[in-house]
Amino acid sequence: MSIGFVFLVVLALGGLAYWLGRQRGMAFAVAGGARVGAVHSRPQYHGAFVAIMALLPAFLVLAIWAVMGEGLVAREVLSGLPAGAVGDSDLERSAFLSEVRGLVRGDYAAAFNPSAEGAASAWKLASARYGLLFASASLALGLMGGLWAWTRLKPDFRARTRVERFMMILLVVASLVAILTTFGIVASLVFESFRFFQMVSPIEFLFGTQWSPQTAIRADQVGSSGAFGAVPLFWGTIFIGAIIAMIVAIPLGLMTAIYLTQYAAPAFRKVAKPVLEVLAGVPTVVYGFFAALTVAPAVRDFAISIGISNASSESALAAGLVMGVMIIPFVSSMADDALTAVPASMRDGSLAMGATPSETIRKVMIPAALPGIVGGVLLAVSRAIGETMIVVMAAGLAANLTANPFNSVTTVTAQIVALLTGDQEFDSAKTLSAFALGLVLFLVTLALNIYALAVVKKYREAYD
Amino acid sequence: MTTQAEGGEGPVQGSSRPKMTARDVRVSYGDIEALKGVSIDVSTEDVTAFIGPSGCGKSTFLRCLNRMNDTVASARVSGEILLDGHDIYAPDMDVVQLRARVGMVFQKPNPFPKSIYENVGYGPRIHGLASKKADMDAIVEESLRRAGLWDEVKDRLQDSGTALSGGQQQRLCIARAIAVNPEVILMDEPASALDPIATAKIEELIDDLRGRYAIVIVTHNMQQAARVSQKTAFFHLGTLVEYGDTREIFTNPKQPRTKDYITGRYG
Repeated sequence: MSIGFVFLVVLALGGLAYWLGRQRGMAFAVAGGARVGAVHSRPQYHGAFVAIMALLPAFLVLAIWAVMGEGLVAREVLSGLPAGAVGDSDLERSAFLSEVRGLVRGDYAAAFNPSAEGAASAWKLASARYGLLFASASLALGLMGGLWAWTRLKPDFRARTRVERFMMILLVVASLVAILTTFGIVASLVFESFRFFQMVSPIEFLFGTQWSPQTAIRADQVGSSGAFGAVPLFWGTIFIGAIIAMIVAIPLGLMTAIYLTQYAAPAFRKVAKPVLEVLAGVPTVVYGFFAALTVAPAVRDFAISIGISNASSESALAAGLVMGVMIIPFVSSMADDALTAVPASMRDGSLAMGATPSETIRKVMIPAALPGIVGGVLLAVSRAIGETMIVVMAAGLAANLTANPFNSVTTVTAQIVALLTGDQEFDSAKTLSAFALGLVLFLVTLALNIYALAVVKKYREAYD
Repeated sequence: MTTQAEGGEGPVQGSSRPKMTARDVRVSYGDIEALKGVSIDVSTEDVTAFIGPSGCGKSTFLRCLNRMNDTVASARVSGEILLDGHDIYAPDMDVVQLRARVGMVFQKPNPFPKSIYENVGYGPRIHGLASKKADMDAIVEESLRRAGLWDEVKDRLQDSGTALSGGQQQRLCIARAIAVNPEVILMDEPASALDPIATAKIEELIDDLRGRYAIVIVTHNMQQAARVSQKTAFFHLGTLVEYGDTREIFTNPKQPRTKDYITGRYG
């Protein structure tokens, strides 16, 4: 009996439970007359209560079946085999089991391992037996739960309160899933970083200026000692994300926002704002190849034309410029919000003094909106330093500690990608260093976000 | 109240040349006509009050006098408004200079998020009225004195203007308006967001400023109009119903609609 079919049957059972509960509730209502308070809950709550009590245990059993069913079957099949038919190692066992599964599904015409044929039929039997067991347990529990709930229904039974409480618990569980996942991610980052810091000292990692993450396979290998000083990475990240990108994004984004909020006709604003937001929706990988294929060669040609002969085709400038363009809509939309939040009376007050529109913007609107604008810029920085695709494609992987924008630099995110792509062993300092980098990145962006949101919030309160 | 007693002294000087003259001013926002032909004279000697129920067009008319309606894209203004005989809607009239000559105080105090000093110095700075720091200091002190705020803030000129109380903020806005030495000051319900004591201070201040500037005040507090003004104009449904000496309007209105409004029949 397949789990999907049982699922449908259980659903039908739930529907039936709802209908029966509701019928009973309606009978109470008729008996009580049309008087508020004669029956505590309306019929649909009686129905919902019975349905919940029937579905909850049935679904729990189904969930257990889905998670554990195959393991139970496999264990039984393995224990039923004659001794020595399969090797003792986990690898051999799982190879054997996947062959058996293939036979059961009919993927393989004939078995490679002679004992797999017998195991396949044993698998089918065990699977059918466990299926029947779980299906009947699920239905039986569902029926019992529903029946028990149905017998509890009375005119003064508080079905509504219970259903509401169940809904609340359901919502709490749903939101806990997201929160717990975040905590899980953070915990894994912290745990793996801790393992890394047992091999490499945090001081060396945070303040060392030499980055060459490699670990030797053999002790006598050349260059066997890796260097894990992450300063060139931090610098590259700041250079591209917080300096070059912001030099592009802050003036352009701010001027865009000023034009759209202060000068543009409403009709133009209606068109231009969504278009800008489309720019924000372009996948970053598209920006990435734009940076790598169009901007980076242009930057290199420019560098050569002004006499920098060793200009690299992957440069901090190319990545930073494109990242700046990517961030423009972000900055402009935050600045737009901040400027719109400045009360119109402030602007009128300045205009009524005889100030020109541009004086009003420079001397009143921007100072008044400054906290919001600063908050927006900080959020933009935090986005830029976490951005990956552009720097992977256009910035390069050479960990240079340089302030020359035509040189190639690398960033934290680009290094994480490089460290974790392909087959990895998860006990070497090389791989684990990616987690330490991730942890630093996470902490920095978290701090930036919290600070920026606090600034923005404080400023909103001032004008509300 | 002192203002009332002073307001009653002597006849209104009708012979002086009006500072501002409006002839058949009409304003429409899109298809809605908010002002249907208003003609009025405003002189420097008097405080002129505009009264009337909400939506009668008194604020709209006030905002025509320094072209603040220009900031409303859908507003269309026709008719003629003269300042010292020059049409302020003429193409050669520079709106920046006009607004320096015709200042405005708003309903809600709107100090800039700057220091008290910088709030008052804002206008002189943008119009280049003070070249030296000492000149600016003098302008700031003089303006704050005239606005009756100097003694309260002289020790904390570098504090933010937004940290003052509502009444102080409004007097700061008046100081800011007079810092550029305007000829006319327009006040759009300047005391409606203030408590009674702050209101009384603003009213005293308006009376002190009379004669130096032509003052036009919009209010829907009729007692306030009676206390501070020498001339009163009653607006209703976009028309100017009656205009004359405040004492006449309040004791012996000629139009029945004015009489009904003043006696509280509607509004």
